[in-house]
Amino acid sequence: MTSTNARVLVVWLPDWPIIAARRRLEFSTEQPLALIHKGVVFACSSDARASGVQRGLAVREAQLRCPELLVVAYDPQVDARAFEPVVASLEDLVPGVRILRPGLCAIRARGPARFYGGEERAASTIHQALARADIAARLGIADSVFGAERAALQTSGDSPIAIVAVGTTRQFLGPAPISTLDDSTLVPVLRRLGLHSLGDFAALDRVAVGARFGQAGLRAHDRASATDRLSGAEHTPEIDFGASATFEPALDRVDQIAFGVRTASESMIDRLAKSGLVCTALRITVTSESGERRERSWSHPHHFSAADVVDRVRWQLQGSGGVTAGPTSPVERVELSPARVDTSANHESGLWGTSLDERVHHALARLHSILGHGSVSTPSLGGGRFLNERQVLVAWGDETPPAKRTLPWPGSIPPPAPATVFSEPRPADVRGPNGEPIDVDGRGTATAPPAWLALGRSPAMKVSSWAGPWPVTQRWWDADARRSAHRFQMIDSEGMAWLMILEDHEWAAEARYD
Amino acid sequence: MSSVAAFESPASVRQALQARISSMQSTRLDEDAFPLLPMLRAVLGRGLRRGTVYSISGSTSLALALVAAASQSGEWCGVLDVPDLGLEAAAGWGIDLDRLVWVADPGDRWMSTVGSMADVLGLVIVRAPARITSAEASRLLARLRQTRSTMLVLGEWPQSESQIRVVSSTWTGLGDGYGHLADRHLELEVRQGQSAGPPRRSRLRVPAEMMP
Repeated sequence: MTSTNARVLVVWLPDWPIIAARRRLEFSTEQPLALIHKGVVFACSSDARASGVQRGLAVREAQLRCPELLVVAYDPQVDARAFEPVVASLEDLVPGVRILRPGLCAIRARGPARFYGGEERAASTIHQALARADIAARLGIADSVFGAERAALQTSGDSPIAIVAVGTTRQFLGPAPISTLDDSTLVPVLRRLGLHSLGDFAALDRVAVGARFGQAGLRAHDRASATDRLSGAEHTPEIDFGASATFEPALDRVDQIAFGVRTASESMIDRLAKSGLVCTALRITVTSESGERRERSWSHPHHFSAADVVDRVRWQLQGSGGVTAGPTSPVERVELSPARVDTSANHESGLWGTSLDERVHHALARLHSILGHGSVSTPSLGGGRFLNERQVLVAWGDETPPAKRTLPWPGSIPPPAPATVFSEPRPADVRGPNGEPIDVDGRGTATAPPAWLALGRSPAMKVSSWAGPWPVTQRWWDADARRSAHRFQMIDSEGMAWLMILEDHEWAAEARYD
Repeated sequence: MSSVAAFESPASVRQALQARISSMQSTRLDEDAFPLLPMLRAVLGRGLRRGTVYSISGSTSLALALVAAASQSGEWCGVLDVPDLGLEAAAGWGIDLDRLVWVADPGDRWMSTVGSMADVLGLVIVRAPARITSAEASRLLARLRQTRSTMLVLGEWPQSESQIRVVSSTWTGLGDGYGHLADRHLELEVRQGQSAGPPRRSRLRVPAEMMP
C-alpha cells in the first residue's frame, strides 16, 4: 500500500529549451525555431513541429521540411540560467523544489496538498500563479517521480493538470511503451527480450533484474514499477556575492576610485567568508561615463583579500601604463563579481603560516602597482619548436596556461640549453670561406661551409667549428603560420657558441650559449 | 662547564674548546652564505655571501649556476632587466621557476625596482644599468646588506664584493660540420673582495646535461 508520503508533484514547462532560447535571443515568436545539438535537432517550436520537424532530425532534413526554420545552437547553460527565475517564483509558493532538468522540476506533494486543501487545489494554485507570471506549466501528481512526470507529459493545454490516484501509478504506467524509459542501451535489450510495455518490465523480479542489468537496470525497474523516490539535494536559491560601487559624480583618478571600491570589496569578501568561501578568480567590470564597459578577469595565486581586490581594480584602471596612468574617461561604476570560489577549508594557511611567501606576494603586488600590469611576471616553460616560443611569461597573479611541453616537438635541439635566448632573433650574416653568401639547397645541405660570422653591424669573426643544417618545419599546411628554417650551431673565434637560424634566406642568431 | 672540567690535561681541554669554536664558526659561515652547487665550491671558496654584489662578466650560465642551489633550497630569486634569459637553461640548472620573479622592463625606475625586489627576494640577477653613480651603488649595497640579499650583476658594477670573469671558454662535441655542442670548459678569474690581491684562476667543466 502506497502512503501519501511519497506523492510527488511534477511541474513541466513544455518546449522549455525553445522558450529559453527565445528569451535569450529576443526573437519574434512567429518564426519557427529549432535548437541544434551535435548536428541534429534537439528541440523545435510547435510551428516547426507542425511543418514536420522533429527531435533527432538532421539539420539539412529539418531545413528541407521547413525552409523558414531558424536554426540555433543549443546551449544547456542558457536553459539552466533561464530556468532559475521560474524556480524562484515556484519557491514563493512551495518549498523544497528539486530541479530534474531545466524545464522540469519535482516537489513533494504532501505539504502543498495539506496547505492548499487537496492535491487538485494545490496543483491549480501553482498553475495559476505561474500563468500569472506568463509561464504555461503542466502539472502531474503521482506516487513516484517518473509517474508524475509521465502524467504531466500526457496533459494538454486545455487540461493542464493530471492526477494519478493514490496507489494506481503502477497501473497508470503499465501500458506505456518500454521506450518511455529513455535509456538507449537498456531499451533495445528489453525489447529483444519481448518486454514491450513498462508493465511487462515491472512484472519482472527486482532481484533478477538487478543481477542481470546492474544499477542501471534497477533504476529503470524502479521507475517502471513506480517505486522511485525523490532524491538529491533541494534547490537552494543562489546567493549573489557580487558587489559594486557607483560614483556620483564620476571619478577619473585611480586612487579615488580605488578608495571608493574598498567598501564594496570588503563587503564581498566578508559575505564570501560568512558562507565559508574564498574567491580565487574575479571579474571586474568598469563602466565609464561615456558608457564604455571594460571587463577583465583576474585570478590569484592563493585567494583574494579585500586589499587584493582593490589592487586589481587599480591595475585594471592603470592598464600597463604604470603608476601615472589612469582611465581614459571618468569612471561611473565598478562591479566586482567572483568568477570562481572555493571552500575556505582548502585555503587555510598552515599552523606555522606561510609568512615569507606572503611577504613576497605583497611586495610584488606593490611593484606591480608601480610598474603597471604585466611588468612583473612568473616564467614557465611552454612548448614549441622555436626557442622563444618555449618561454612563457605569465603576469604575476594570473593563471599559468596549461603547458604543451610534453608534446614531442620534433626539431628541438639537444642539451645544453642556451642561457641567452633572443626574444627577437638578431639579424646576422654568415659567409663562406671566400666571402660568398650561404644558403641551404633543396637537398637540405649548406651551399658552403660557414667560415665568417657577423652579428648586426659588428665585424665578422672566424667560425672555428660548426654543425648543421638542422631543419625545423612547422605548420606547412597553414599558409599564414607556416615556418621553415634551418638551424646551425657555430663557435666563433672567441669561444662563444651561437645558435644560428636561416629562414627565408636570412640569417639570424636565435640564441647564445654564454 | 662540567664536561670541560672532566678533562684532566690542558691539551685536551684546548682541543675540546677548539672543536666547539670551529663548530660554531662553521654554522655562522653557513648562515652567512647561500648554498652552492658542488661544482662551484672550488670557484668561490668563501661561498656566495649574503648582502653583497657579485659582478659576472662573460657568462649568463654562470649566474644561473650560482643561483641554482639556493633556488633549490627554497630561496626566492628574481631576474631584472634580462629579457633574453633562457628559461630552459635556468630550469636545466635546477632553478625552481615557480619561485622565480621576472621583471623585464623597469623603465626609468631601475633603482626603486631593484630595491623592492631585494627586500623580499634572496637573489636577484640584474643586467648592469647603463649608468649608475657610485652614491646610488653604495646606497643599494647598504640596502642589500640590511635585507641580506645578494645581487648578481651581468656586467660591470662599481662596488662589487667579487668579480668573476670568464677568461676563456672551450666547447667539446662540435666539429667541422658535424656533432653538436656538449660539454663546456670555462676558465674563470675570481677577484674576491676589494682588496688588491691577485685574482684567483680556476677551471670549471660544465656538463651538457645538468639534471639526471
